[in-house]
Amino acid sequence: MHWLVHPFRERSTLLFLGVLLLALTIVTLLHIAVPREQPLHVNAYTVNLFGKYLSYALLAVAVDLVWGYLGILSLGHGAFFALGGYAMGMYLMRQIGDRGVYGNPELPDFMVFLNWDSLPWYWQGFDMAWFAFLMVLLAPGLLALIFGFLAFRSRVTGVYLSIITQALTFALMLSFFRNEMGFGGNNGLTDFREILGFNLRSNDTRLGLFLASGAALALGYVVCRGIVTSKLGRVCVATRDAEARTRFLGYRVERFQLFVFVVSAMLAGVAGALYVPQVGIINPSEFAPLFSIEIVLWVALGGRATLYGAVIGAIIVNYAKTVFTGVMPDAWLFALGGLFVLVTVLLPRGVAGLLAVRVRRRRGDDDSPVNREVAA
Amino acid sequence: MRTPATLMTSSITARIVTLALLCLLAWLPALASAQDDDGRAVLEGLDSRSFADKAEAIEAIIQSEDERATDWLQALLDGNLQRLKEDGRLVIVVDNVGREWPVRDALTGDELGEVPRRDLDRITINNALRSQLRSALSMVELYVGDERSRLAAAEGVIGRVDDELAAALEARLEEEESDQVRHRLNQALAVHRLERGEAGAVETLYGSLNSNVRVALTRAAQSDDAQVADAARRALADIEQKLKLNRIAETLYFGLSMGSVLVLAAIGLAITFGVMGVINMAHGELIMLGAYTAWAMQQLLPGQPGLALLLAIPVGFLVSALAGIAIERGVIQFLKGRPLETLLATFGVSLILQQLVRTAISPLNRTVITPEWMSGSIAINDALSLTLNRLYVMGFALLVFAALMLVMRRTRLGLEVRAVTQNRAMARSMGIRATRVDILTFALGSGVAGLAGVALSQLTNVGPNLGQSYIIDSFMVVVFGGVGNLWGTLVAGMSLGVINQVLEPWAGAVLAKIMVLVFIILFIQKRPRGLFPQKGRAAEG
Repeated sequence: MHWLVHPFRERSTLLFLGVLLLALTIVTLLHIAVPREQPLHVNAYTVNLFGKYLSYALLAVAVDLVWGYLGILSLGHGAFFALGGYAMGMYLMRQIGDRGVYGNPELPDFMVFLNWDSLPWYWQGFDMAWFAFLMVLLAPGLLALIFGFLAFRSRVTGVYLSIITQALTFALMLSFFRNEMGFGGNNGLTDFREILGFNLRSNDTRLGLFLASGAALALGYVVCRGIVTSKLGRVCVATRDAEARTRFLGYRVERFQLFVFVVSAMLAGVAGALYVPQVGIINPSEFAPLFSIEIVLWVALGGRATLYGAVIGAIIVNYAKTVFTGVMPDAWLFALGGLFVLVTVLLPRGVAGLLAVRVRRRRGDDDSPVNREVAA
Repeated sequence: MRTPATLMTSSITARIVTLALLCLLAWLPALASAQDDDGRAVLEGLDSRSFADKAEAIEAIIQSEDERATDWLQALLDGNLQRLKEDGRLVIVVDNVGREWPVRDALTGDELGEVPRRDLDRITINNALRSQLRSALSMVELYVGDERSRLAAAEGVIGRVDDELAAALEARLEEEESDQVRHRLNQALAVHRLERGEAGAVETLYGSLNSNVRVALTRAAQSDDAQVADAARRALADIEQKLKLNRIAETLYFGLSMGSVLVLAAIGLAITFGVMGVINMAHGELIMLGAYTAWAMQQLLPGQPGLALLLAIPVGFLVSALAGIAIERGVIQFLKGRPLETLLATFGVSLILQQLVRTAISPLNRTVITPEWMSGSIAINDALSLTLNRLYVMGFALLVFAALMLVMRRTRLGLEVRAVTQNRAMARSMGIRATRVDILTFALGSGVAGLAGVALSQLTNVGPNLGQSYIIDSFMVVVFGGVGNLWGTLVAGMSLGVINQVLEPWAGAVLAKIMVLVFIILFIQKRPRGLFPQKGRAAEG
């Protein structure tokens, strides 16, 4: 496991983990230790919101892994996120048991409503937490494996790949909208009650989920960092910059691509699984092409091929979204659209690029080769 | 032409003919006032509880030869003949929407203003009366109508002929000049003869697609008379065969129509993405701008939807082309050679355009009026009719395609575009101003998107999400057809349209769409460069 240890020798990784740990500790302390009347108190709603941002940040890291280091612009990562979310949603749905509106111990409410008499085969096993959590990884992983195997083998790259990933998530969205699919159709899965025996509506569970999201982000970051700093990561960067040349050097490019793509899809699935209990619903709109492309914007704004940039981007954009949609909902799409244009035209290396320039000026040395390539 | 006097083969014919002739004289107001008392007498016969009384009253109305009779009978049939509760006057409801209905006096025709529906009693009819009314009205129509309404009337009586009406129809047949109407009348009579057990009548019914003919034949096929049953079965088999062909033709028509919409939406993209290699995610919004132009033109020219639509074609082209130039100059030129960034930036532009329309016009759908010459349909036969607006859009798509082909193949611009896309540096050193070519090409592709929008405004709702719903489809069509190949786009669009329509009946609309998407995703794995890949060095990169 040398590759997993390596990131801890990097200053940037330690810095990132330190900042993350500090943020988690501060929020937790402000929530628990500061009394409710104090202005510094962080209420459960805000903790919940931060937890959501953290799961989005993990999703952004997953996208940055394939886009930043592999050069694959996936416009369908929302699909993996949603699949992980649905796997978690199915577990939470089974946990409701006979406390639903129709009081059926086996079937979720929407199935009773559709007059189904038994659980479909693909819902079997989701009453067990370990199975559901395994599926959080396997469902998106398997889709990525099949899709990636077909796509990379026939060397579909660049814009073509982007467009078919978009078609993939669009097709999945249409499918999940259908009641016959058995995932609650339009309404999706909701009305969750508890996770692993903890009441989802209690503040402690929310804090727990927030911390779990933070931990998952830290772990995901380390895994990604480990991948990109390993030899495998170097092959990935080589593929990104000159695919044909790498292939001629004797590397089986499609295998590297497939491996990293599947890892990224699984991370996205984990992010989805953490997101669903925190927002309390999963429905087909998570498959919408707009959402997938929004994720790419987070990464672009934060800065491609840095990983920490993706985290920064996800938090900035989502915080802005929360503020905008609260204050003036009409302006949000203008702001989002404007961001897309400004970031790509004026800020090709994102916020992380700005930071890096400062650091470099102070240190007077050059940045990593990765950043140089992206800027070129 | 025989004179009405020789037509007295049956009492009903004579009366109907006179009635019909009087209808033609309906504009003579003097006649109306003179007959007012007679009219009231016959009309009030309808105001009875017993259906038998009403049947007699209807007969009396026909016999009265009053020129308002068709008006009354039609209103009675439609359920619009009603009684005012307060004074028992009979009125005709002009419009039965909402709670207050405008009515007019059945006798004098005076407008009586709006009356609450609670204050009205409908003169009810039963099925027997309904068919009596229909027969009478069709006979009137057969005598006074123009060819089109005579045809409709003749079609209407098929399956509803009794002995009395048969005699009247035969009389009319002698006189009818239109072959088509005669054909229908013959069929109506043949159904009547078949119902009486004449096997020979089946001959006339071969290949008829009228549903009443089919009902009569199905019934005859189960008859006890072996000869009749046999003949009817053979005719039915023949009709089934023909129906199947018609269904195939219909699916094909809808498929091609949907295909031409896809081609229209994608053909602009085939220029900007296919030829120039610029990924414009705002393409859908350029289509939307075209559709809104059609709407705006109709707002500017109220009362002339047709003219507005025709004007919208060049204006829509210009609007979208200008928007395209703005996008090219404002965003795309800074991102040359970075396709993924271009994709993201133009996506941002598409969000801004959508929200702009939502804020500036309305988040709700707008209706674009279909001009009269585009509405309606052409009936090929009883089972197959082609809607005109789709036919126009189909023609328009082919026209746009041909024009684009000409521009790309036969003009200097087309030559320069191809030169610049194949080898930019070489083209520039030959003196081609590459930047100018970029702008013009992008404007052309965008303008075509505007044209697509104008056409789409006739088929779908015009709303801020119009573009979004076409962008994925458009990219699919271009990629499926092979990037950089206009013919490929045409073939891909048409075949995807047809595939979708073939799948739809047994899979449902949503599943059909999913299947087509999955099919394309798999197809691209097999042939990453589409149906008609570009060959040579231009294909790389």
